Amino acid sequence: MQLQYFLLVAAALFCIGIYGLVTSRNAIRVLMSIELLLNAVNINLMAFSNYLDASSIKGQVFTVFVITIAAAEAAVGLAIVLSIYRNRDTVDMEQFNLLKW
Amino acid sequence: MSIADVVQLVSFGILTVMVLGAALGVVLLENIVYSAFLLGAVFIGIAGLYVLLNAGFVAAAQVLIYVGAVNVLILFGIMLVNKRQEFKPLPKAWLGRAATALVCVGLFALLSTMVLSTPWVLTNLPIAGDDSTLVIGQHFFSDFLLPFELASILLLMALVGAIILARREYLPDQVVAPAEEIQRPVLTLPERPRELVAAATPNSPERMITSDPDNRNK
Repeated sequence: MQLQYFLLVAAALFCIGIYGLVTSRNAIRVLMSIELLLNAVNINLMAFSNYLDASSIKGQVFTVFVITIAAAEAAVGLAIVLSIYRNRDTVDMEQFNLLKW
Repeated sequence: MSIADVVQLVSFGILTVMVLGAALGVVLLENIVYSAFLLGAVFIGIAGLYVLLNAGFVAAAQVLIYVGAVNVLILFGIMLVNKRQEFKPLPKAWLGRAATALVCVGLFALLSTMVLSTPWVLTNLPIAGDDSTLVIGQHFFSDFLLPFELASILLLMALVGAIILARREYLPDQVVAPAEEIQRPVLTLPERPRELVAAATPNSPERMITSDPDNRNK
C-alpha cells in the first residue's frame, strides 16, 4: 500500500465530481457532485495524515472539520434548491439565470 | 509480501472499484433516485478507505454523518422536489459535455503526473492507530479549540438559515386585505397554504401571486 494509490483514487473522484458539477442539469445532482468533491479532498487529507504525519494526525482533524462544513453546506444547499423550486417551479439549472447578465 | 499486505491490497482494489463505479453512476445515471442511493455506496466505500488508512474514528463519523444525515437529507430533497420533467435539450449540449470531459481527463492527467513524480518524504514515526480518537480529541481541545467552537456556531447558523430558507413564506397581500382573512379558519398561521402536488392547477390564484416562470425569466 502506498500513498500514491490513495492520491490517484482521490484525483479520479475529484475529476468525476467536476464533470458532474459542470454537466448535470438537475440542481440536486449538482449538490451530490459537490459532495463527491469534498470527499475526494477528504481522502487526500486522510492519506497525507497517515503517511506523512502519522503520530500527530492533524489531517484527520481537518477531515472532521470538512465533514462538518459539508453537512452544513448540504442542509443550506437543499434549502436553497427547495426555495428556488417553490418560486420557479423547476429544478433545471439552465433556467436559474436570475443573476445572469 | 505478507498476507496482511495482500489483504490490504485486495480490499483497496475492491473499495476503489466500488467508489469510482458508484461515483460514475451518480454523475451519469438518468434517474436521480438511483444517483442518491449510489452516493450512499460512494460514502460507504470511502469509509472503508479510511479504515485502511488507520482512522477508525473518522470512518465511523463518515458513515454516521454522510450516509446517515447527508444522504438521507438528499433523498428527502428529491422527495420534496418530485417533479418529473423532461429538460429541454440545449443546442450543442454534446459540445459542452465533450469539452468538460476533456478538461477533466486533462486535470486527472496533470494530478496523476504530479502525484507520481513528487518524491514524498514518508515518516517513520509510530502510527497513532487505535489511539487516533484520543489524539483527535486532544487536538480539538488544545490547538484547534477556536475552529472547533467556530464549527459549532457555523452549524447553528446553518440550521437557522436552512429553516428560514425552506420555510413557506408569508403572503403579504393577506395583511393588506383583512376582509379575506375573516373567511379563513381560525387556527391557521398566516402562511401560504400548502399546495398539493396533484391538485395544483396552473391558474390557481396563489400561483399567479408567486411567479410565472417565463415572465421572471426575462
